[in-house]
Parts: sequence; structure tokens; C-alpha cells
Amino acid sequence: MPSVCLYFQVHQPCRLRRYSFFDVGQVHDYEDDAENRRILDRVAEKCYLPAGALLLQLIEEYGGAFRVAFSLSGVVLNQMERYRPDVLEGFQRLSATGCVEFLNETDGHSLAFLSSPREFREQVLRHRERIRSLFGQEGRTFRHTELIYSNALAAAVEKMGYRAILAEGTEKILGRRSPNLVYRPSGCKKLKLLLRNYRLSDDVAFRFSDRNWAEYPLTAAKYAHWLHRIRRDEAVVNLFMDYETIGEHQWRETGIFDFLRALPGEILRHPDFCFRTPAEVAAYGDTALGDRFEICPHQEIDCPGFISWADEERDTTAWLGNAMQQDAANKLYNLETAVRRRKDEGLLRTWRMLQTSDHFYYMCTKWFSDGDVHRYFNPYESPYEAYINYMNILDDFSQSLKKTRKGEKR
Amino acid sequence: MRVLMFGWEFPPRMSGGLGTACYGMTAALAGLGHRITFVLPQDGDAGAAPFLDLVPASGVPVSDNDRDDGMETLLRRLTLRPLPSLLHPYLDPGHYRALYLSKGDRFEICPRFPETARVYGPDLIAEVLRYGRAGGVLARTLSFDVIHAHDWMTVPAALLARRISGRPLVLHIHSLEYDRSGENVNEEIRAIEREGVEKADRIIAVSHRTKRMIAERYAIPPEKISVVYNAVTRTEAQRAYRTEQPGERKMVLFLGRITFQKGPDYFVEAAAQVLHVLPDVTFVMAGAGDMMGRMVERVGELGIGDRFHFTGFLQGEEIERIFSLSDLYVMPSVSEPFGISPLEAMMYDVPVILSRQSGVSEILKHALKVDFWDVREMAAKIIAVLKHPVLAGEMAEKAREELRKIRWETAAELIAAIYGEAAGT
Repeated sequence: MPSVCLYFQVHQPCRLRRYSFFDVGQVHDYEDDAENRRILDRVAEKCYLPAGALLLQLIEEYGGAFRVAFSLSGVVLNQMERYRPDVLEGFQRLSATGCVEFLNETDGHSLAFLSSPREFREQVLRHRERIRSLFGQEGRTFRHTELIYSNALAAAVEKMGYRAILAEGTEKILGRRSPNLVYRPSGCKKLKLLLRNYRLSDDVAFRFSDRNWAEYPLTAAKYAHWLHRIRRDEAVVNLFMDYETIGEHQWRETGIFDFLRALPGEILRHPDFCFRTPAEVAAYGDTALGDRFEICPHQEIDCPGFISWADEERDTTAWLGNAMQQDAANKLYNLETAVRRRKDEGLLRTWRMLQTSDHFYYMCTKWFSDGDVHRYFNPYESPYEAYINYMNILDDFSQSLKKTRKGEKR
Repeated sequence: MRVLMFGWEFPPRMSGGLGTACYGMTAALAGLGHRITFVLPQDGDAGAAPFLDLVPASGVPVSDNDRDDGMETLLRRLTLRPLPSLLHPYLDPGHYRALYLSKGDRFEICPRFPETARVYGPDLIAEVLRYGRAGGVLARTLSFDVIHAHDWMTVPAALLARRISGRPLVLHIHSLEYDRSGENVNEEIRAIEREGVEKADRIIAVSHRTKRMIAERYAIPPEKISVVYNAVTRTEAQRAYRTEQPGERKMVLFLGRITFQKGPDYFVEAAAQVLHVLPDVTFVMAGAGDMMGRMVERVGELGIGDRFHFTGFLQGEEIERIFSLSDLYVMPSVSEPFGISPLEAMMYDVPVILSRQSGVSEILKHALKVDFWDVREMAAKIIAVLKHPVLAGEMAEKAREELRKIRWETAAELIAAIYGEAAGT
């Protein structure tokens, strides 16, 4: 039975205040609380609350046949706990239906795996614990920040006990194979790899309201028809996208809510189709031995370098592509030993906040091909301003690490 | 298209952005096949402008030496018509008076233009009007399809040529009296400028900023104004200098006229703040102008004289040299319709900090931008570029890519289309 696996990423960056060189040594709070709150409020009203209510209604209406997964970054969890507990409660209500899976990721929405295996592990364990206590769910599926993926990451994730991992279904690793199958990461024994069908996902996430698109307007019936046309030997269509697609990137006026409301019905009209969460897709692969979706050993994906879901390149250059980004990341992770030696929760929290991938994304200079998306999400006038602001903060942070230590010795 | 252009300056004698721009676009227009008669003021000191050797009595230049690839095409389609005059692009009434007193009696008798007054005007406005009569009557003897004039000083000539020939006038605005003088405008100059923008058939503005100012200050319908950005020409000499190794001490450059419009005072104040944090930096102010004395005094008051140098007016290779030695170029202009010099700095891989109050900031992404009055932010950004070589390197690298897209050929195509619209073809 082919399944549709719908997963929404929920994340809001921690925006930094405008931090001048002349603030170094003077000002020690780095976050733009007012801006973070303002944006969370806006997205809550436009997306999180109405979309959550709609999904809850759909789950009840279809009596468990409609299922969905979320991954909430630790950064957005912090903001919800602080400013909008009502939004968090909405997610808890969804969790209570038993039809919603919550994935695990790095708590700081970070790129820690690329710089510090220890920090990566700690952030994953921390996020796993938070999801367990907030939603009572044991993490079975892992997704890395921005869907970054490699063989090494898969191996580390398997070792941590996960059953499934998500990645981008790019031709770079698939060649001519289909993204609509469950694969095994090269070097792993049990871990299942679910690949995003980027065409069908982006039809909704990017193209839904594009009037120049040949398929505009996209109706749920038309979209369901495309899903129903997948080959009979294919197992799953993975639709992964930002949750903010619903109501924020695609405004209510585009008809995105009507589309979502009609979608489960249109998909389930085909008797062979069902919805599954990532963990269920992975488990189904295990139990369905002999079935035509059995995972064959040759269905192995080899991915020696890093891939992601960003930009045309589908690599990590959106965060670590230029000299400024690499410089900032190196300087940040060079502080790791000093930060840990301090054994100070506050300093550790700040260091983790500074690891959030968005800070590096804002420094991206690949403006000419992927310019529009970067600009839309960038609070800085230019990548150079982003770098300067970040480095000023890092300067102050590393100074305060030293100062405190001297103070203690005295 | 045959163009009668009232322009300014020709290499190698260039005193600023207006001459550079006129030359760049003229060369590119000639490259597109347009034939241009280029009328320009030529002061009596013939020795100071060797290019005139290229012009024989007929006015058609034919020269075998002293020319590079671009020059050759240009010269084939270009006729230079120098007219005796004391005018140059950056005169104000006071400076003109001084110039007149020193040179006014040395008017060169020009047998080709017997009808013109043979005495320079005693003040700037009189000289502009006199030049206008001399230039305008050229329209009687020449055939052309369109008139293209640059800035207020050429307005009387262009309007007379328009009246005589009945051909359309395209007026190119590189700067307005409001840019040059703030709110203390010279009323006579403003009157000439106003007549020009009102009577011109089409207006070209060097930026949207300038277009807005023309539309607002002179109540001109915006649809009559087109924006064409300036560009830069890369020359062989400039490439040769790029390899020069700068010294160990970082150098921050201001290059431009030391006048109200260019904001030199903000640069001096920012320098003092930077030196407070990074004492081992050199600041250079290259150029001359009526605020220079005050700037020297202020540098003394701030006690930063050992780190702040004035070079006086630079030209030609000196400019190339100073760019190649710089680690950062700052353009703090109070009001800059366009501003070509940041593009020149970028050609030497020098990172750039720009005033947001400049037209060029509309097209440059790979530069840092500040409000000219925000001295603290200017200082913070200077410090950032000097402190982080990675930042300077990234900016220079991306700017190099950006520069490749800023070409006079593109500007010339837009200008040619405006000629076509004005001439109704």
C-alpha cells in the first residue's frame, strides 16, 4: 500500500540585535527579543494556530487515517515556551491524537555535526529529552538541520538508536533512481533513509501561488492525481516542507488552507493509498518482508559528501560556502573547550544560540542565482553586515569567557 | 544617429567624475556606430590638453599615435569641437572670478568662430551664457539628429542649438545645484537648470535618487526622466598597478573634491574614532577644495595629524597609485547623484564603504553602506573591514564579479534608445 508521508519543519531563527563594534565589552545580551517575539506572534497568527487547528480537525475527521509529522527546532521551542505557550499547547493537542510524530534534530538548529561530533551528540540528546518531556514521544526518526545528510551522519545517527533518517531526494545521490522508495544508507544496517520528493514538495512550498506556473492554480484534486500516478512498485511519497508554508510563505488568500483541507480526502479516495509518519514508513519496511516494498540490499544510497535541501546546489554552501562563513564558524567552534571548561549553563546556552544555522545563512553571498529566497529571509542589508554583527558579538562573547575565568581565580 | 554633444573634458586631462562619464559613454556610443560631434570648453592653455593635437583644422581627428583599441573606433566616429572658454566642470562663481582675474586677458583668437564674443565673461554666469552663444550657433553649420548635453553649464548652448535646428534635446543630469550646494543654492544657476529640465525633450538622470530630486524640485513629470547608471572603463595601466604590494600599515582613502557635497568632515571625525581603537592606521584625504583648510585644522584639533595625510589634487597615475595602496575606500558624500570613484576603487580590489545618500549605492550590493551623518557607524564599519581580512577579501572578490556587469556598453544602449524616442524614430 503506497503511503504519503507528510512532514513539516517548524523553526524560527533567533535574531540578533544590531551589535556595533562599540558595544563590544559594554553590552552582553545579544538577542533581539522584541523582533523575535514580533515575528513569532505574526507567524503564530498566520500559520501555527490556524494550521494546527485545521490539522487537528482533519485528524479527527478521518479517524486516524490522516497522519502527519513535525520537527520543532529547539530554538522555536525556546521562543514558544517563553512567549507563546498557547502555540506549544496546540502541538501537544496534536501529539495526543496519536497520529502525529515528532522528530528529533539538533537542539540549536545547528551545523554542529560538521565541526564537533561531541557537541552534535549533546544537542541531539538534549532535543530528544525535550521532545520526550513535552510530547511523551520517544524519538525514532532523525532529521538534521536543513536536511543536511551524509554517510557519516547516517552512521552516527544509527549508533544513537534511530530507525529512520530524512534527506533530500536529489539526483546527486539517487542518480536515476526514484525518491519514492525506502533506502538504506551506505554503511548502515538497520537505519532507513527517506528521501524528499522535491518536485512534489516544492509544487506546494514554492509554486503553489505562482501565477506564471503552468499548473496554476493547483487544486487538491489535481495534486492528489499526481500522487496517485506514482509507479506501482514505489512505496512512499515524502512531502517535506516548512510548516510556515501554510499561511505564512503562502498566504491565506492564496487558498492554501482550502488546499490542505481538501487534500486528505482527495488522496484517500484512491483505496490503495494511506498516510504514514516517517517512523511508520520505516517500521512498515521491516514488517512487510515478502511484500513488494521490501528493502533490498542493493537499494543502498552512498553519500560521501554533505547534501542539503537548500538552493540549486543542494549542498552546505549556503551556510559555509564563503570565507566569512567559514571564518565565523571556525572561530565559534574554537571556543568549545573554553566554554565547556566554564561549566556555566548561561555561557553554554549563548554559545549554542550562536550555533544556529541562520546566522551563517545570512552571510551567504550567492545572491545572483538564489538571491530571492536568501533576501526574503535575511534581516540584514547585506551578508557583510551579517558577518560584522556576528563577529562583534563573538568578540564580546569570547572576551566574557576570559574575564569570568580571571575573576574566579582571584 | 548623429549626435551633437555638449560635453566635458577628454583624456588625459580629467578632473572628476563628469569628464570621466562623458568620455566613457561617448566612446561606447561611438562603438555602437553613432556619430558624435563633441563640443567642449577649452581654456587658453593649449599645452594642458595634448589631445587637441589630434584635431586638425577641419575638426576631423586623424591620428596614428597615442591611441589604444577603444580610442581608434572612437576617433573614427568622433569629431571634437573645442571652444575657447574658461569653463570646467567644478567651477563655482567664486572660483571662476579668480580664474578670470588670472587668465581672462589671455583669450585665444579663434578664427574658426568669428561670430563669437572674443572676451571671456567677467563672471561665471556671463561666461556660461557666452559659451552658450558660441556653442549654440554651431547648430547652423552642422547636421545632426539629436542634441545631448551634460549639466547646467551646457544648458544655454544646448537650448540655442535646439532652437536653431529644431532637433530634440536630451539633457543628462549628473548633479543638481541642490547636490552641490545643499540648501544654499545659487538662484541664477538654479534658474538655468530649471529652464534646461523644463525645455529638454527628454532627461537622463544618473540614478533614481537624482530622478526623484529632478521631479520633486523642478516639478518635472517622472515619465520624462530616464535613469541610466554610469559605468567604468578598465584600462591597461590600472591593471598594471594592481600587483603593487601595500605596506604593513593599513590605509584608508578618501578621494574627491574636499567640498560640502563630498562630506570630508564626516571622514575626519570617523578617522578620529577609528584611531582611538586602532592606532596603527593611516588615513589619506586626496583631493582639493574649499573645505581643505578647515579639514587640516580639524585634524590638528583632534591630534591625529601623524596618522592623517593630505595629498592635494591628484591625477592620472597618481590616482591609480593611491588606489592600489589603499586597504579601504570611503565615500561619505552628503549628496552624490551617482559617484564613479567607488567603481574605480573596486577595480583595484579595494573594498568600499559608501554613503547611502549616493546614486551608486542603488547598483552596488557588494559594498558596505552608511548614512553620511552616522560617524559612529562609519567608524565601526571601517574597523570591521580593517580587522577582518576575510571580510575585505570577500567584498573585493564579489565586487570584481559585480563590476563586470557595470559596462558603458549597456549604458550606451539605453542612451541610444532614448535618442530614438526623442527623435521619434
